[in-house]
Amino acid sequence: MDATPRTPPRFSATFDPHTLAEIRRAAATGIYDIRGGGAKRRLPHFDDLLFLGASVSRYPLEGYRERCETHVVLGTRFAKKPLELKIPITIAGMSFGALSAPAKEALGRGATLAGSSTTTGDGGMTAEEREHSEKLVYQVLPSRYGMNPDDLRRADAIEIVVGQGAKPGGGGMLLGQKISPRIAAMRTLPEGIDQRSACRHPDWTGPDDLQIKIEELREITDWEKPIYVKVGASRPYYDTALAVKAGADVVVIDGMQGGTAATQDVFIEHVGIPTLAAIRPAVAALQELGLHRKVQLVVSGGVRSGADVAKALALGADAVSIGTAALVALGDNDPAHEADYAALGTVAGAYDDWQEGRDPAGITTQDPALTARLDPLLGGRRLANYLAVMTLEAQAIARACGKSHLHNLEPEDLVALTIEAAAIARVPLVGTEWIPGQGGG
Amino acid sequence: MAARALSVAQACDAAAVVDLARQSVRELNAVLHALGPEDNRTQWRVLNPAARHALAVGLAQPVTVEIAGHAGYYCAGMNQHARVIVGGNASTGVAENMMSGFVHVRGDASQSAGASAHGGMLLIDGNAAARCGISLKGADIVVKGSVGHLSAFMAQAGTLVVLGDAGESLGDSIYEAHLYVRGRVAGLGADCVPKEMHEPHRAELHAKLAAAGLAGEVDIGDFRRYGSARRLYTFHVDNAAAY
Repeated sequence: MDATPRTPPRFSATFDPHTLAEIRRAAATGIYDIRGGGAKRRLPHFDDLLFLGASVSRYPLEGYRERCETHVVLGTRFAKKPLELKIPITIAGMSFGALSAPAKEALGRGATLAGSSTTTGDGGMTAEEREHSEKLVYQVLPSRYGMNPDDLRRADAIEIVVGQGAKPGGGGMLLGQKISPRIAAMRTLPEGIDQRSACRHPDWTGPDDLQIKIEELREITDWEKPIYVKVGASRPYYDTALAVKAGADVVVIDGMQGGTAATQDVFIEHVGIPTLAAIRPAVAALQELGLHRKVQLVVSGGVRSGADVAKALALGADAVSIGTAALVALGDNDPAHEADYAALGTVAGAYDDWQEGRDPAGITTQDPALTARLDPLLGGRRLANYLAVMTLEAQAIARACGKSHLHNLEPEDLVALTIEAAAIARVPLVGTEWIPGQGGG
Repeated sequence: MAARALSVAQACDAAAVVDLARQSVRELNAVLHALGPEDNRTQWRVLNPAARHALAVGLAQPVTVEIAGHAGYYCAGMNQHARVIVGGNASTGVAENMMSGFVHVRGDASQSAGASAHGGMLLIDGNAAARCGISLKGADIVVKGSVGHLSAFMAQAGTLVVLGDAGESLGDSIYEAHLYVRGRVAGLGADCVPKEMHEPHRAELHAKLAAAGLAGEVDIGDFRRYGSARRLYTFHVDNAAAY
């Protein structure tokens, strides 16, 4: 018997099992991995921040008795008809095409019950989502699929999409298996082919052109609609300043945790910056221009709870947007469909092949048998419940900090658990007065 | 604002007039947007346009608007039903996302003319710069001169007719739009190929030229047809070099 002690086999931290599997998959197929969702890697995030709460020197508000307001008005800078929302949590743009018609309807119903807005996506506005969304933001995207002035005038706000957090600098992708006859017709394309949306707008390039483009959209809609500019988080300070210079009413910044219907995994995980890292530079740009709270800032990408909402607002955002979390509220990745996920070679909670159109929850699919699984009335109720919980949670935190409006939360209410988060969020490391990168010590 | 434009308009017998030396673009568009289907003021002239941007955008009634000079960016953008005539040159994005109607540029057009236009006709007497008909979605564009590079990029539907030459990368990543060029094509973009002209194509070309008022002025036999090879409609790794 060999008594020589042996160490167990050791995996490389560089060539870990996931990396090895991806190399083998690439070698076998010759194509990069495409998937939905946002960045899955661990990133500095809202979890790395804590609220301080009231103490001897600060007093709180009574829960359930003293009001903590939650309303927000978006588009107060130039629009004749700003968007008035009861809660600062909106539904991000997701296309009919990426999502089923019942899913879009459910989002509209849920947002409407909660007093918030929902957003169209790459592919135009459907009659169902207009009907079921009391407040609907209409996206102007590089592809201009389904773009028309009637829908522009029917919208409550307009969002010019420069990019999104999952893929700043990337265009859209809707693979052939999700192109139903209705979707093909809305996009003026043949059925069943891969649709790759452009990454650049067809008629403007750069901030000077954008200013003129915004002027055109305002003229077409008689200066009624708020105009948002949405960018993927990469250079938030400069993008915010340039969007403001171009005349935006609202700047939307989407961090790399923000989801997409489909793009390359390498793009999602390696291009763009985390949501947490985008907020303070964007707020700084607005403050330097004297326009903080005048040009509203909407932040998205990995917002999951009322705590996340409160933290985003405390850092200076006016509102947040949710996409992935809203889909989960509707039933995405629900263990109730575990057997179906297993049949697709995955598990509930990790399913991200939204581009394949085989979603067991009936959300990211156009298969009639699957889409029928989602009841839009029930889905809308679930989303409204979830939005209510997030709002109540944010209010609980704000009251503990003595704030009578969510917008009264401020960076001084926060500390960071890690040096990285302290530097990024520009709040002190917990238990210290140290804000890395801000000088002093 | 609109009231002042109306008073000027009513002072003119033949056509209502908006003078941009004295009135704003906002006033111009507001008065044009306020026109109802029964309005009898169907003829408009815009004086001193001075290449201002967003002239006559978002029109939704079958009126005629003649712009007496040069137009800036996005003239006649998202046009529906109206006939817009630019007496001079038009800058970037003339008739962008037009849905219907007729837009006529008597001079040259800058880049992205007719971008993503869904319907109607854009007629350009002079040349059009780069990206003419980019992302075209069903409109017809007739250019009596030449078009710049990347024209009909990702063009999905509709027709681009060029009586002169076309620049590099014509029809790059084209879908189902129809391209007819009479002159020299400097180069074709990815997945764009020459196609044979059959009778239905000659008939289509004739119809477009006739609609542009050019029937009989050019020989249809001089044109060549270009369109999608449809090799890039579904991703395949062996085509990676084409992307």
